[in-house]
Amino acid sequence: MRWLLKAESWFMKIGVLALQGDFAEHISMLKKIGVDTVEVRLPKHLDGLDGLIMPGGESTTIGKLAVAYGLMEPLREFGKIHAVWGTCAGAIFLSRDIGRDQPLLGLMDIKVRRNAFGRQIDSFETDLEIDELMKATGTEHPYHAVFIRAPIIESVSGNAKVLSALEDGRIVAAQQGHLLATSFHPELTGDTRFHEYFISLAS
Amino acid sequence: METKTGTWTEKKGLAQMLKGGVIMDVVNAEQAKIAEDAGACAVMALERVPADIRADGGVARMSDPDMILKIIDAVSIPVMAKCRIGHFVEAQILESIGVDYIDESEVLTPADEEHHILKHNFKVPFVCGCRNIGEALRRIGEGAAMIRTKGEAGTGDVVEAVRHARSVIGSIKHLQVMDDEELMTFAKNNGAPYELVKEVKELGRLPVVNFAAGGVATPADAALMMQLGVDGVFVGSGIFKSGDPAKRAAAIVKSVTHYQDASILAEVSKNLGEAMVGRNAAQMPESEKLAVRGW
Repeated sequence: MRWLLKAESWFMKIGVLALQGDFAEHISMLKKIGVDTVEVRLPKHLDGLDGLIMPGGESTTIGKLAVAYGLMEPLREFGKIHAVWGTCAGAIFLSRDIGRDQPLLGLMDIKVRRNAFGRQIDSFETDLEIDELMKATGTEHPYHAVFIRAPIIESVSGNAKVLSALEDGRIVAAQQGHLLATSFHPELTGDTRFHEYFISLAS
Repeated sequence: METKTGTWTEKKGLAQMLKGGVIMDVVNAEQAKIAEDAGACAVMALERVPADIRADGGVARMSDPDMILKIIDAVSIPVMAKCRIGHFVEAQILESIGVDYIDESEVLTPADEEHHILKHNFKVPFVCGCRNIGEALRRIGEGAAMIRTKGEAGTGDVVEAVRHARSVIGSIKHLQVMDDEELMTFAKNNGAPYELVKEVKELGRLPVVNFAAGGVATPADAALMMQLGVDGVFVGSGIFKSGDPAKRAAAIVKSVTHYQDASILAEVSKNLGEAMVGRNAAQMPESEKLAVRGW
């Protein structure tokens, strides 16, 4: 478990937005590091949570369901105080601007472009050197990242900072205080370092 | 840094992103927009929905690439398209125009009555239908990165979808309590690759995402399939053959998310207008059943 004290995570309860997408994959990663989880489909499910993960999936579907069940404002309020992490569709949903009309939480000062690498045959896997993550977890090996019809973070502003970029400079992870956005899917790898990093933001 | 495309993780991964969602059959860009606006997680582009394929008869083939491209241009969500069983050239064409997933489908007229496409040869991922665990694992063995239970397409009758989902999920449960000594015989009896049988026993589920298809026509049907244990649903004729497609599509999307909440299911089931007319699958002659196609 490296730097993360297991005892710390015992008291944590992390929600995973379960409107659509690979929420079960996030839940199994959190279980691996001993964190208690809750599936969030309605505003009342946010009560008592220490943080929230918004999974990969289709951002249009997730946005519409969040609007239909009155989750937009409760999620915005939650994100003001608690840690929130969006992967892929979740990162899109967290952002302020995507250059098209669909429901967004606007919690992070990032501009995102959907399907930025092309269609599914252009989806790829690659290794990323993420200094912050390696430092925080006391590890030295790169993070193997899985991109699926992935968005990119076109720009960060305000208090948002770049956490990771590809060799050509395109931003694929950003952080703004206790808010985290990744355009790839740590939940599809066996590597729990990103989930551990997120837990450190939630505690 | 080394970059890889078309990997097994990538292929399986896109299906994982579709979980908890509804994939809708659409025949033109206008319907694709309606589906996207209703919250579909992907669309299946085809020239005729299964109910019309049944009514029209004749040979059903891959759709016109131009029509598929128009749908690709119209929506931001993934676009799937169907090729005939065994027709690997149709699959090559669909891959080249950039569809996100290929459905090697029994709804179209099979091009090969003995062999399916060797799907490992492609970078684009494939979904295939199954009626039971053996068929599911044979398709995965050939490289299918997503499975759907077949049901009986174009009927609006959910009975076959239930039968096939119960069969697959029941077999997985059965495997959980088997001794390892029994697995080879299970593989033999079900015509399933042994290594995949072992993997299913270890995982307690199929190694790829499993949706339900074929006969889902109402929000209650969709929630029924979810409660039986599938990862999401395909709705073919059930939406655009109904009285109010946009409303029914949105209701089915909600029913898949809130599949365990009967009060929400009651709410979304109200005033949807006419469901598709439907056809009783039990009274259908064997020769008209699409699900028997696949080997």
